[in-house]
Amino acid sequence: MWNLSTYKDHTALVDEKGEVWTYARLAQAAGELAEHVPQRCLVFSLCSNSPGSVVGYVAFLNHRIVPLMLDRHVERALLDSFTETYRPCYLWLPQEDSTGFRGEPVYSAHGYTLLKRTEERPFPLYDELALLLTTSGSTGSPKLVRQSYENIAANTRSIVEYLELDVTERAITTLPMNYTYGLSIINTHLHVGASLILCPYTVMQREFWDLFAEQHATSFGGVPYTYEMLDKLRFFQRKLPSLRTLTQAGGKLLPQMHKKFAEYARREGKRFIVMYGQSEATARMAWLPADKALEKCGSMGIAIPGGRFHLLDENGLEIQTPHTVGELLYEGKNVTLGYAQCGDDLGRGDEFGGRLLTGDMATFDEDGFYTIVGRKKRFLKIFGNRVGLDETERLLKAHFPGLECACAGKDDAMHVFITEKDACAAVKEFLAEKTRLNSTAFHVLAVEEIPKNDAGKIQYAALEQYHD
Amino acid sequence: MTNEEKYTKAFMQAFDIDAENVRTLEFQAIPAWDSVGHMGLVAALEEAFDIMLEPDDIVDMSSFARGKELLAKYGITF
Repeated sequence: MWNLSTYKDHTALVDEKGEVWTYARLAQAAGELAEHVPQRCLVFSLCSNSPGSVVGYVAFLNHRIVPLMLDRHVERALLDSFTETYRPCYLWLPQEDSTGFRGEPVYSAHGYTLLKRTEERPFPLYDELALLLTTSGSTGSPKLVRQSYENIAANTRSIVEYLELDVTERAITTLPMNYTYGLSIINTHLHVGASLILCPYTVMQREFWDLFAEQHATSFGGVPYTYEMLDKLRFFQRKLPSLRTLTQAGGKLLPQMHKKFAEYARREGKRFIVMYGQSEATARMAWLPADKALEKCGSMGIAIPGGRFHLLDENGLEIQTPHTVGELLYEGKNVTLGYAQCGDDLGRGDEFGGRLLTGDMATFDEDGFYTIVGRKKRFLKIFGNRVGLDETERLLKAHFPGLECACAGKDDAMHVFITEKDACAAVKEFLAEKTRLNSTAFHVLAVEEIPKNDAGKIQYAALEQYHD
Repeated sequence: MTNEEKYTKAFMQAFDIDAENVRTLEFQAIPAWDSVGHMGLVAALEEAFDIMLEPDDIVDMSSFARGKELLAKYGITF
């Protein structure tokens, strides 16, 4: 996947203490780890923004070992269900978290441990399968996205091209590695021999800004909520001479926020680049060039190099007229192989065939710039994470037997309607725990009854009065 | 309400916890106090004391105890 030897003495990684990892060191560490995994197999990689986590990722991808990327703090019950469903042969996880897992520690380095599980019946892996990511794994669904080596290589090439990345870049991490957007930053920077500043802190911590300044970060990415936080921190007044580029993805930024950051970037001579993507398309599908950030405020731009958009009407016919709403279809080599919902699916080949119906409703203007206007599927993006509304309802019903509930809302704010007043606090707590998202995202409201039509279908429109 | 009470109440409100668990609290010690929760805390404190926190103070407010020290700058004493 990466030709690390090309960039030998360049800095690949800098950790939170300022310790430098050259490409040579990264290559060596990855090689050592890979020696302990004798053949192509499935590994669960519990990710954090740390050298150990990156060493694992690089070792697995460069040696055709297939990782499922999970957050280090993944809920244990969810992890156990993934393990049961997909039967990994190894776990690569922070050493301090490794007790309490069955498996033999076969190698430890850089704060991480490789645990070998006794797995007698691993599932066959499709030859081109490179890695697995969760979709809305937080709600307990075992559904994964299957990405191929070619998907990652193609998307990496496109991103490097449009962001014009080179060896002088120093990106500071703001997103988890198991999150497709965070991973794409790692992929692209390693591809060009640039540096990654691995930061375990959030923008709300002084340590983040200290590391940013000390390590002369040139770029970072953020989901809409990151930009809300930056705005609150009066980011625009901060002197960040090393900063060149700010990217945004993981949901649609409010147009006024888009404008604020675009104006800041113009004033300060920096680039603010809004992007659009999904893990089903490896990472990125569209980008709004920095010089159009103000003029096309609110738009997510144009297809990335090598990709193409189409808009389809209700009959599946291509829309030719600007400002007409249709479902967005994307074509490109970064469209992933498909989903996995059970162990046998790991052996499946390409099912998407390079075409992805995104489920997003969009329009294009006379210049061919696309704007997302809505969503066909029932899910929200909460702090950049996809959370399925129907899945959440199922999760609640399973945990609270007899509970009547309906989930709706907008990004960063889910509204949960229940008919039992006394259960509000428990529902909120349960959702925060299950999704690992801050409980302030969940607004639980008791109503007299959940409105339904004669067929028993929930009438979500009738609930809108409560949340708009 | 005393400043101590107002301050404690802002934490309780932001993180949905009881008074006895508040005093030793630090950033990321509980799931509720992550970066999102921090935004809520800042809003709660700004409203309780009718102040606007400086960005440097927002990123420095890493614990219940540290927050009190920082508020001194805004003329709030405990």
